[in-house]
Amino acid sequence: MAQPIRKPTRLEPWQDPDAVPYVRIDKVTKRFGDFVAVDDVSLNIYRGEFFALLGGSGSGKTTLLRMLAGFETPSEGRIFIDGVDMSGIPPYERPVNMMFQSYALFPHMSVEQNVAFGLKQDGVPRAEIRERVAEMLDMVQLGRFAKRRPHQLSGGQRQRVALARSLVKRPKLLLLDEPLGALDRRLRERTQFELVNIQEKLGVTFVVVTHDQEEAMTMSTRIAVMNQGYIQQVGTPSEIYEYPNSKFVAEFIGSVNMFEGRVVEDEPDHVLVRSEEAGCDLYINHGVPAPLGTQVWVAVRPEKIALSKEPPPAAADGRNVTRGVVREIAYLGDMSIYLVELAGGKTVRVTMPNVTRRTELPVTWEDEVYLSWRPFAGVVLNQ
Amino acid sequence: MSREGFAAGDDRTSAGPPAAPADAPTGRGSAVAAVLRRVGLSGRRVVVAVPYLWLLLFFLIPFLIVFRISFSEALIAQPPYSALLEWLEDPDFGELKLQITLTLTSYLRLFDDSLYIVAYLSSVKMAFISTVLCLLIGYPMAYAIAQARPSLRGPLMMLVVLPFWTSFLIRVYAWIGILKANGIVSNALAALGLVDEHFEILYSDIAVYIGITYTYLPFMILPLYATLERMDRSLLEAAADLGCRPWKAFLTVTLPLSVPGIIAGSLLVFIPAVGEFVIPELLGGPDTLMIGRVLWNEFFANRDWPVASAVAIALLMFLVVPIMVFQYVQGRQQDAEARR
Repeated sequence: MAQPIRKPTRLEPWQDPDAVPYVRIDKVTKRFGDFVAVDDVSLNIYRGEFFALLGGSGSGKTTLLRMLAGFETPSEGRIFIDGVDMSGIPPYERPVNMMFQSYALFPHMSVEQNVAFGLKQDGVPRAEIRERVAEMLDMVQLGRFAKRRPHQLSGGQRQRVALARSLVKRPKLLLLDEPLGALDRRLRERTQFELVNIQEKLGVTFVVVTHDQEEAMTMSTRIAVMNQGYIQQVGTPSEIYEYPNSKFVAEFIGSVNMFEGRVVEDEPDHVLVRSEEAGCDLYINHGVPAPLGTQVWVAVRPEKIALSKEPPPAAADGRNVTRGVVREIAYLGDMSIYLVELAGGKTVRVTMPNVTRRTELPVTWEDEVYLSWRPFAGVVLNQ
Repeated sequence: MSREGFAAGDDRTSAGPPAAPADAPTGRGSAVAAVLRRVGLSGRRVVVAVPYLWLLLFFLIPFLIVFRISFSEALIAQPPYSALLEWLEDPDFGELKLQITLTLTSYLRLFDDSLYIVAYLSSVKMAFISTVLCLLIGYPMAYAIAQARPSLRGPLMMLVVLPFWTSFLIRVYAWIGILKANGIVSNALAALGLVDEHFEILYSDIAVYIGITYTYLPFMILPLYATLERMDRSLLEAAADLGCRPWKAFLTVTLPLSVPGIIAGSLLVFIPAVGEFVIPELLGGPDTLMIGRVLWNEFFANRDWPVASAVAIALLMFLVVPIMVFQYVQGRQQDAEARR
């Protein structure tokens, strides 16, 4: 498919054909009775990555994570961590630590004892345990709460204890199962950045399971979108958002307008799709492997559509320009969502930042407006 | 968020003792309710009060009767003890006087005669050993049931309580058949050539241990199962994830977390076992000394009701008071934990 537009700013080992993956998931399938939870998944995850498994409930993301931790064994296929085949290796012998969705803190132990638990299992000397636990608790800013029991802590504090406990053994690979699920929005945003900082500071490879696309977008180097046990798409957040490879991914990540149409021009540098739904021809400035006449969908993100009462300057050729009536406006403070009904009856979602005050909205209810977007805005999907 | 709202709403509908305008116009029913409410009896309190009154009536009153008898003197009469309260006519003034006679001889007898203390200690010992046996057998069973497939747990628990469907007495009698000379056990061992056919376990302390352990095992399993089944499985996964081997995870995580179940089960076995009468009477030998038997002898063989009552009261004090103190302390701890 398309090349990512963003320049490599971070380490991108997946671009390097010689890079050796730290975690290699090789054709792994997991069945529970007749139910296929994970369906022939292959993935390479590289050292230092913050890798997100994103999907709805029942997509198999948690089962895949549990297979990495060793709590489930693959029905087929193999998992390699640092080049070692993990088949038959029990969880307590894997170089992996996990942060559980429920945190799974030991209720009968203090915060300190919880964090020290893993080090004790390895027979680390007492003095060193004390030192490393204190260091870890300082890092998650829980030094004052060392003697407390988990039930005496707030949700956010418990989450940090769980993080400290899973990091104190300095694992090469940390698995996080919905790490921020139980936190409120503000705490979650703060913790997202904290997690990324910790990950970069310690150089640990993170694999995080989440159903929250925003969380996956903010934190990860790459995202694997899972659906019904198989992987729909793997890519950087911007690749996934800007170049979804399927209707499922486009609709799962963010919101999107889908226009159904037929390919009427198929050139190496552009495609033209005629869509009755959209009421205009859709011009996309990149080629796709779709022969003439194929039925396709064109996905256009709401923020890439411009609304105006005057015909936009590029409207002359009638491409990527259509007309409709504003039916609903949702004011969200920083931006507004407009639902515009096209002549054909389809409702299009458009978001625009509120650069002016609310009283001076350029477009209002029942206005007849032009919708237009640039040639790079659309993505052609044929499944 | 929405769940919280739900719960709050629920609370409001169920917990409305003072304000219940909804049922005000419904006539006679509400009038009765209003009267009851004025007396301080809401439907909720009545539900709690009735069983409490029942217990008060059928526990406290007999207890007080026994308590009273324990301060009397034994008489060969009907009833076989002296009265505590007597109206005496004063010969000088012709007035009636109330005379209260409290006799402490029965209690002093408990310490004079070593039989009672020895029997008491022996009962405690036997109950303790039986409790430990119940725990050793019951814990693995409860653990296995809690680990079983959810669909299997119900039937397995059913099997545990199944013996209750036959009479306790019949089950103890069955043990006589199993343990007696020429019984199932001795015949089986004789067939293996280990003992001769006159070998007998019956009428010994061991038979009593077997009887008590068998009878009270379900009382150990039920609370243990309840604790173990409730335990969060992810805790064991977390332990394994942190490098803890399964056996050590059991010792450091499962066992400490099942302590409430161990305590509850042990109390449920220990308390009735101390006072057990039927099992030592049927299975025990002539030397098997348990306080329940002594009690029975005092009442029915010696007809010394005051001493028998004193034994009963002493047993209660020795046993129940420490347990109540323990429960109270534990309850306060739990409250403190819950409040945080």
